[in-house]
Amino acid sequence: MQSVNSIKSAYIKEMLNNGVRSGRGFMDYREISILTGIIPNAEGSAEVNLGSTKVLAGVKLDLDEPMPDKPNEGNLVISAELLPLASADYDTGPPSPEAIELARVVDRGIRAAGIIDTESLFIEEGKVWSVFVDIYIMNYDGNLFDASTLAAVSALKTTRMPKYEDNNVIREGKLGKLKTKGIVTSCTYAKIGKSIVLDPDGDEESVMDTRLTIANDDTYIRAMQKGLSGSFTQHEIEELVDTTFEKSKSLRSIINKLSD
Amino acid sequence: MGSSTNKPELIVNGKRLDGRAFDELRPIKIEAGVLKNADGSAYLEWGKNKIFAAVYGPKEALPKHTGDPEKAVIKCRYSMAPFSSLEEHGRSGPNRRAIEISKVTKEVFENVIMSENFPGTEIDIFIEVVQSDGGTRAAGITAAAVALATSGIPMRDLPYAVSAGKIGEHVIIDLNKIEDNYSDADMPMAISPRTGNVLLLQMDGSLTRDEFKQAVEMVKKAGQTISRIQREALKAPYEKISNKYK
Repeated sequence: MQSVNSIKSAYIKEMLNNGVRSGRGFMDYREISILTGIIPNAEGSAEVNLGSTKVLAGVKLDLDEPMPDKPNEGNLVISAELLPLASADYDTGPPSPEAIELARVVDRGIRAAGIIDTESLFIEEGKVWSVFVDIYIMNYDGNLFDASTLAAVSALKTTRMPKYEDNNVIREGKLGKLKTKGIVTSCTYAKIGKSIVLDPDGDEESVMDTRLTIANDDTYIRAMQKGLSGSFTQHEIEELVDTTFEKSKSLRSIINKLSD
Repeated sequence: MGSSTNKPELIVNGKRLDGRAFDELRPIKIEAGVLKNADGSAYLEWGKNKIFAAVYGPKEALPKHTGDPEKAVIKCRYSMAPFSSLEEHGRSGPNRRAIEISKVTKEVFENVIMSENFPGTEIDIFIEVVQSDGGTRAAGITAAAVALATSGIPMRDLPYAVSAGKIGEHVIIDLNKIEDNYSDADMPMAISPRTGNVLLLQMDGSLTRDEFKQAVEMVKKAGQTISRIQREALKAPYEKISNKYK
């Protein structure tokens, strides 16, 4: 495997040095498709296919107690699972540091952009809604950050709001939507040698030196995460921020078009 | 299982709540080869159940001491997504129920996989239930069989599974969630269709000897349909290609 990887690595680097990326430009996304409402049992759901990366997000709302330090707010809990179905490299067992990083980066973007108004999840004293977003990685082919943010936001945007009546949670029938505001998306870049590419696939991630994720809405940068041991220059990062504001327009328009 | 006092009426005018006859399966749809990284995979919709199955291997058994010098070791993980049910958010990770289902599922496939061909290796079977509506272990086994066949791992047979059960005095096939919750008996079975041998049998509730015989016959009759859908799913990708060149 090691030798295969070094041949692949040399090949990808050589291509990129010559200004060639297989099948697309350096700052192009692969094909993106989003399906919502695919898990009717969940209050919200979305499947995102980004090239061969396949991510499923499911949303459940439950009655809960507020956090002691925020008695008038509901809770938002975002987790991610790198399922062993998705790659021969993923193991069973407790969440890996990679899965936790993924969930936390997605969480920060969604929280910072105020997609969910946690105060609107307050029911009565000592009683609030908790919103659980579970991100399920079904097939890995790179760029889980952008695919997961798209899946989580698409699922939340199409989530139905259960009712609380006479101490009962009503999850079916005529229900309104979960209150959300705005859209956050992320753009992830891989630096391979001297080249930087948007939306790295699995092969590119296997040889990248470093990675940068920038989450934004239409006005602000909302979250950033640099990963791995390589480095970016300040200039590179500033350029990537500009690119992100440009590229995120089409991502937001995909989410805006979702039917629910 | 049905001891609850506010048990709903499960049979109205001789039909079940979802309109099915006693011996009628829910609609089943299987698609083979849906996950690119897996060596074999399948996506199955069985009524409202939605399940992915994936197979990795045979590959070197790790850690090494788990390997068997005479045959492949089969490992299985059945798990349910925390958003898969209409009720509250589930706990993630396998619970005691899931661990038992993983074990009996593994044993089904130990029977049919020609593991003696692959000494020192392991074969991993992963079953993810993303939406559940009763009968997920049977649906998972049915999907995993297709995933295994897609991976090219040689098997003696293509097993199927389905539950039979009882509501009042009626023996029924393929219990959905609400039937499963309030039925008088539930009996999932997996069968090797070539031999008719029973590879999985679990049961709880109450069945007379006659009802038991009737239930097994119903499983075998439903199995003809399930087997046909499995085989069609395996053929479909190739038919697509051959139709292209007609």
